[in-house]
Amino acid sequence: MAKELLKGNIAMAEAAIRAGLEGYFGYPITPQTELLEWMSERMPALGRAFLQAESEVAAINMLYGAACTGARVMTSSSSPGISLMMEGLSYIAGTEVPVVIIDVVRGGPGLGNIAPSQGDYNQIVHGGGHGDYHPIVLAPASVQEAIDLVVLAFDLAEKYRTIVFVMADGNIGQMMEPAELPPMRPIRSEYPDWAVRGAMGRERRILSSIYIDPKDEEVTNYRLMQVWNQIQANEIRYREYFLEDAEYVVIGFGTAGRIALSAVRMARAQGIKVGLLRPITLSPFPAPQIDHLIQRLKGLLVVEMNAGQMLEDVLKIVKGRVPVEFYGRMGGIVPFPDEILAEIQRMNREDIPLDGDPRQRWMKHLAPVIHWQN
Amino acid sequence: METTLSAQIVYQRPRSLTEATMHYCPGCTHGIAHRLIAEVMDEMGIRERSIGVAPVGCSVFAYNYFDCDFVEAAHGRAPAMATGIKRLLLDRIVFTYQGDGDLASIGMGEIVHAAGRGENITVFFINNAIYGMTSGQMAPTTLPGQKTTSSPHGRDVETMGYPLRMAELLANLDGAGYVVRRSLHDPKNIRMAKKAIRLAFETQLRGLGFSMVELLSTCSTNWGLSPIESLKWLEEHMIPYYPIGDFKVAEALKDLKV
Repeated sequence: MAKELLKGNIAMAEAAIRAGLEGYFGYPITPQTELLEWMSERMPALGRAFLQAESEVAAINMLYGAACTGARVMTSSSSPGISLMMEGLSYIAGTEVPVVIIDVVRGGPGLGNIAPSQGDYNQIVHGGGHGDYHPIVLAPASVQEAIDLVVLAFDLAEKYRTIVFVMADGNIGQMMEPAELPPMRPIRSEYPDWAVRGAMGRERRILSSIYIDPKDEEVTNYRLMQVWNQIQANEIRYREYFLEDAEYVVIGFGTAGRIALSAVRMARAQGIKVGLLRPITLSPFPAPQIDHLIQRLKGLLVVEMNAGQMLEDVLKIVKGRVPVEFYGRMGGIVPFPDEILAEIQRMNREDIPLDGDPRQRWMKHLAPVIHWQN
Repeated sequence: METTLSAQIVYQRPRSLTEATMHYCPGCTHGIAHRLIAEVMDEMGIRERSIGVAPVGCSVFAYNYFDCDFVEAAHGRAPAMATGIKRLLLDRIVFTYQGDGDLASIGMGEIVHAAGRGENITVFFINNAIYGMTSGQMAPTTLPGQKTTSSPHGRDVETMGYPLRMAELLANLDGAGYVVRRSLHDPKNIRMAKKAIRLAFETQLRGLGFSMVELLSTCSTNWGLSPIESLKWLEEHMIPYYPIGDFKVAEALKDLKV
C-alpha cells in the first residue's frame, strides 16, 4: 500500500478495522472524536458492529460484553472518559477477556482542556481500576507508529487475554502525516474456546470476574501475575537513538520523546554526547534496558508532558546510581525542542547532584518559563 | 394377575436449570422467577442460543442455576453488557436478570438507554423494594414509610424521595416493544408472569425492540416477615403502588397466542 496523508485518529480507526475489528463502542470526546466518527461510517458499511454509547461507563461495559463473545473489539476515548471506564476495566481484567483501548490523552486534571498531554500515564500504567492487574500500554510517537501499534495491540490482547492500551496524545490524534495502512485482514472465522456465544452442542460457559472464595481469587491473582511475568519477559519494546557512545541519555515517550529527539540531534550538532531512549511499551516498562544503560552514564533526563509520572518509574530503576533530571510541561502545553536542549546543555555543563528531588529542581527551572497571568 | 404401572411425569426440573442447589433464602421468590424463565426457555427451545447476563445483588450467582452461557456484569451495567453481546451476535437470545438496586438505582442510565435504543434484549426485573444482598437497605423502589436498615424510621419521601415505577417509566420510550409488570405472590399471578416471560422472549425473537418483565417479589429475610406474611405484604402494600399491568405491548404482539 502507498503512503497517504492521514490524520492520527482516523489512521488508528482504519488500522483497527483492517486488523479485523468486529465491534466498536464509544462516546464522543475531544480530541479523539474523529476516531468514533470514522467508525460510525466504516463499521456499518462493512456489516460490523458500531454503537455510540450513552456514556463511557456504558461504552466500556458494552465492550466487556462484546469481548466475552471472543470477537475483536475496541473502544477509544480521552482522559476524563478513560477515568469513567476504570470500573469496567477492572472487570475486564478480572474476567481475562482481550480488549483494545485507544486513549488520546488531553490536559487535566478535571475537565482540563483538549490540548495534548501525557497525564494519563499513572491511571493507565499503574492501574486506576481496583485490584491487581497490568494492562499492556503502547505509546506511539507518529501516525505510522500509531497504525502499527494498533494492529499489534489486537494480537497482544488475544495472545495474553489482556487489556492493551494505545496511549496516544492529542498531538498524535490530531496531526496529519504520510503513513501507510496495513492490508485488510479477514474477520476471524473461529472463536476461542472460552468465548460465550451460546451453548450449542457443548457445555455452557460462564465468564465472570467474581471469585467469592478468597482462595480462588488468590489463585486467579497469581495466574494474572504469571501472565504479567510472561509479558514483561517477552513484550518490552523501545527505540534507541545515538546510544552507542552516549554519556547522557534522555528518556521520553510519545510526542515528548519525538520532540526530545530533535533536541538530542541539536545537542549532538554541538558535540554533546547525548542519546535518546524512547519506550514504546510503557507497560511493560523497559526497566532492564535502562538498568543496563545507566552503568556507563553521567546523567539521565526524563522528559514528559506531565509532572513526572514516568519519572517515578525511572527513579525506581536508577536507585540513585546516576544523576536524574526531569523536564515536563503540563496542562496541555507541548515543550519546544529548545527547552529540552537547554536542559541537556545544563546537564552537560553543571554538576547534577545524585541526591535531592529532580522534581523540585525542575519546578525552579520551569517557573520562569510558565505563562503567568498578570 | 400382573399389572403394568405406567408413570407420567407431570413436574420436573426444566432442562434449562442446572442441578445446583439455589442459595436463596426461604420465602424468596427468585427461585420461582428462575424456574419460570427456564421453563419458557425449554418450551421455546432457545437454551442453546441464549446468553444470560447476571447482575450484582442477590441473584449475582444466577449463572450457577441456568444451564446456558452466562456472563456476570458489574453493578447496574447488565443492559450495556447485554448490548455488547447482542450487537455481535444478532441471532442469539440475550437476557439480563436484575434487581431493583441494580436496575433502578446504579444502572438507571444503562437501562433507560437500552430501552430507548430499542435494544433487542430481554430484561427480567426483580422488584422486592429492598436491597437484599447488602442486608436490607433502602432501594429506589422502597415504599413510602417502609423501614429498612438505611431508612430506620421509614422512607420519608420529603428527604429520600419517591419510589420509582420502572415499568411505567420505560414504557414511555419508543424503543420499548414489550414492558409489563407481574407478581409472584400466588399461583394465578405466577401463571400470568410465565406468559409475560414468554411474550418478552417472543418480542426479542421477532426483533420488536426492548422487552422487560418487572416481577414483584418478596424478601422475607430483610422485610422481617415469614414467607407467608411476605406474600401477603407484597399483595397488600406493593401492588397498590406498583399495579400489575401491560404498559407497552407492540402491535405485532397483540394477536400472538402463547
